[in-house]
Amino acid sequence: MGAEPMAFLMRNEARGQGVSDHPEQKILMGNEAIGRGLVEEGCTLAAAYPGTPASEILSAVVACAKETGAALHAEWSVNEKVACETALANSMAGRRSAVAMKQVGLNVAADPFTRATYLGVTGGFILIAADDPGPHSSQTEQDSRLFAHFAKAPVFDPSSPREARNMVAEAFALSEKYEIPVMLRPTTRVCHARQNVVCRPPVPREQKARFEKDPGRWVATPQFLPGLHRLLNEKLDRIARDEAFAPLLTAGVTRPRTCIVASGVAFAHTAELLDTLGPEARIDLYQVRLAYPLHRPFIEDIRERYETVLVLEETDAVIELQLGHCGMRGRDSGDVPRQGELTPDVIEEILRRFLDLPAVTTLAAAKKGTRPSLCAGCGHRAAFFAIRETFPEGIFPSDIGCYTLGMNLGAVDTCHCMGACISQGAGFYHAYAAGGSDFPTIVVTIGDSTFFHAGVPGLVNAVFQGARFILVILDNATTAMTGHQPTPQIGLRADGSAGSKVFIPDLVRACGIRHLREIDPYDVAAFTAALKEADSFIRSPDGGIAVLIARHPCIVDQAGRAAQALFAMTITDDCVGCRACIDQFECPAILLDGEYDRARIDLDRCIGCGVCVHVCPTGAIRAEEDKP
Amino acid sequence: MKQQVIVSGIGGQGVLFVTRVLAEAAIERKMEVLTSETHGMAMRGGTVISHVKVGPFTSPLIRLGQADCGIFLHAGNLEVHREFLKPGGAIYLNAAKDGDADAIDATRIAREYGSPVIANLVLLGFAVGRERLFCDGATVEAVLKRISSPKQFDVNMGGFRLGLSRSAAA
Repeated sequence: MGAEPMAFLMRNEARGQGVSDHPEQKILMGNEAIGRGLVEEGCTLAAAYPGTPASEILSAVVACAKETGAALHAEWSVNEKVACETALANSMAGRRSAVAMKQVGLNVAADPFTRATYLGVTGGFILIAADDPGPHSSQTEQDSRLFAHFAKAPVFDPSSPREARNMVAEAFALSEKYEIPVMLRPTTRVCHARQNVVCRPPVPREQKARFEKDPGRWVATPQFLPGLHRLLNEKLDRIARDEAFAPLLTAGVTRPRTCIVASGVAFAHTAELLDTLGPEARIDLYQVRLAYPLHRPFIEDIRERYETVLVLEETDAVIELQLGHCGMRGRDSGDVPRQGELTPDVIEEILRRFLDLPAVTTLAAAKKGTRPSLCAGCGHRAAFFAIRETFPEGIFPSDIGCYTLGMNLGAVDTCHCMGACISQGAGFYHAYAAGGSDFPTIVVTIGDSTFFHAGVPGLVNAVFQGARFILVILDNATTAMTGHQPTPQIGLRADGSAGSKVFIPDLVRACGIRHLREIDPYDVAAFTAALKEADSFIRSPDGGIAVLIARHPCIVDQAGRAAQALFAMTITDDCVGCRACIDQFECPAILLDGEYDRARIDLDRCIGCGVCVHVCPTGAIRAEEDKP
Repeated sequence: MKQQVIVSGIGGQGVLFVTRVLAEAAIERKMEVLTSETHGMAMRGGTVISHVKVGPFTSPLIRLGQADCGIFLHAGNLEVHREFLKPGGAIYLNAAKDGDADAIDATRIAREYGSPVIANLVLLGFAVGRERLFCDGATVEAVLKRISSPKQFDVNMGGFRLGLSRSAAA
C-alpha cells in the first residue's frame, strides 16, 4: 500500500464485526433480514411475486409488520410487472416502497423499471432482484446488476444477510437523496444464508400520501425525454462520486502493485480464503458494495496504483466492464469461469493461480445426488400419467412450478418462461397445421398461479388466432414450489386478510373458451375420458381450445390432505418387477432397488392416495380403503 | 472456537430444521454463525445440503475437505457429500447398519416412537451425544424449547432425547 490514505480506503474492521453479544439479535435468513430491514426502515408498501431465491422476503415483511405493529400494505401481486407498478405509484405519492422478485421476474418488470429511472421517484424505492448463480432453481444465470446498468439504476451487491439488511437503509437514503429507483441484488447464497442479525424497532416517519401532479415528469411524452435522460445521467455522475459508496479496503502487506476487487458473496468467500492461504495471500482486497455506478475516484486510483487487478464478482463482468484496467484479470482474460457459481472451491483455484501458490490437491467436485420428484400423492402425477398414457404421440408444452417435474414422467416437453406454454401450444399447432390438417394432440399444462401470472394474455391470443389444443390447468390451490403463497382464487391476501376471489373458470370463459371441464385427476378413469372428449372437441369442425381444470389440493397442505380418502397400499406376489410403476409413474413411495426384484411400498412416504393401482400392468398394487 | 458442519439429506427429511436448531444453538452460546441452505425445486425429494459455520467466518459455504462434522439423514448421500469432510472429520449417519460411519437407525427409532418425521432430531441427538459438536444437549434442548411450536415440543424433545440416550449407551 502507498502511504497516502485515500477517502475511500477504509478500515480493516469494516467487515466481519460480530454482533453475538448484542441482546436484540436473531438468526435471520438473508431474505428475512431484507424483509425486516424494509419494515424497520419505514417501507409503507411492499409487493412481490414468489420465486426462488426471493420468495421469503415478502413473508418476512408481513411477519415483522405484525410483530412490530408497523402499518404497511404488503401484497403478493399477480406478477412482477404489476408488483413494480403498484410500488412505483406508492413512491410517486411520496412514500417508501419496495418490490421483490427473482432475477427472471425482473424481465417481466423490465418495462416499468427501465422507465422509472428516467422519471425518478419521490418516496424511496427499492427493487430487490435476487440472482441465482449456478443456477440452483432458475431458467437463466442472468446478472441483474448488468440489468441495473442497462436501466441506469444504482445497484447494491450485499455479501451477507447482515450487510443486506444494512443496505436496505442505504438504498432508501440513496433513492431519496437522488430521487432515483435503487436496486438491491442479493444472490442465492445471501438470500438463503442465515446469520445472527441485530433487530431494531421500526423508525417512525411521517409518510402521508401526497402525489404532486407534474405531467412533464409522470406523463413524460418523448419531447421531455432528452431532458429527463440528461438529468438521470447527471444523477449517476454525482452518485459515482459520492464517498458514501466508495469500495472498502482490507489492506494487505505484500505485493503493493497487485490487488483483488470483489463484490457480493464472492467477496465473502475471498476474504475468508485469503486469511487461510498464508502470508503470500495478504494482498489488498477491495469490496465493491455499489456495483453500478462504480465509484469514479476508485476507478482512477486503481488504474494508477496497481499493475495487476483480479476481479471476482457474480455472475457477469459488471465491475470489470466499468474498471477498464489494462492489467485486469477476470472473465474477459479467462481467469474466471464465464458461467456457473463462484463457490469457495472455484475461487480458491483462481486465487492459487493468481498468487502463484501450489494448486490445491484435486478433490472431485461434489456429485449431484437424487433428483427431485413430485411428492408421493401429488395430484399432478395422476394428471401427467393420464395425459401421457392417453396421447403417447402428443406434444406437451409446460411451464414453471413443481409440475415442471412432469418431465420425469415424460409428460413435459418444454419449459421456457412464465406463461409461455400456452403461446407455445398455439405455436406448435400453427406449425403442424400449416402442413395439412393432421396435427398431433398438443396438451399444454400450466399451474394455477402461473396461469394468473402470464397465462391469460396467451390464452386470449391463442383463442382469437384459432389454435387447437388441450389446456390442462393444474389447480392445486396454491403456489407450491415457492412455499405456498396464496393465489387470487384462494381469496387470502399476503397478510391473511380476505380478498375478493377471482375464479379461474370465470377467467377461462372470459377468454372465449367454449369447452371447459373441471375434474379431480385422482379419478384417473374420468380424467382420461375428459382428455379423449377434449381431443374430439379440438378436432371437430367448429372446435378450438379445450380446457380441463385438474383440481386436487397440494398434499403438502394438511387440510387438503385430511379431506381426501386414504388407502392402505400393498404390493402382492403378482408383481413381476417390470418397473412400470417406477419408470412411468415415478412415485417416491414405490421402491424397486438392488436387493429386491419386486416393487415395494415405502410406508414412511406413502400417503395412501391409491392412484398407483391404475399403473400396474399385472394388477399387483392393491388399495384397501380407510388407511388409519 | 470455529466449527464447520454439513447437514445432508433429501427434501422432506427436515434438514432445514436441524440447520436452524444448530444456528440457534450457536447464538444460545453467544457465538457468530453463518449457514447456507438448499431451497426451491430440490426440496421436492431431491438431494439437499446445509452448511453451518460457527465462529468468525465470512463465507456461508464450506469448501470440500473442510467440514469438521457431517450429519447425514440419508445414507445414499454419503457418496455425494462425503468429500466435504476433512480427514478425520466425524460422520453421523442415519442407517440400519454401521458400515464405516458412526450410524444409528434414526428412521426406525422415530417410527417406533410414533412419529417418523422426527428422525432428524433422533440423529441430531445422537450426534450431539458424541460430544464433538460445538453445542451440548442442554443447549439444544433450550433451543428446542424456544423454537418448537407448543404442539410439536414434546415430540421434538422426545426424539432428540432418544438419540442422545442411544449415543451415550453405544
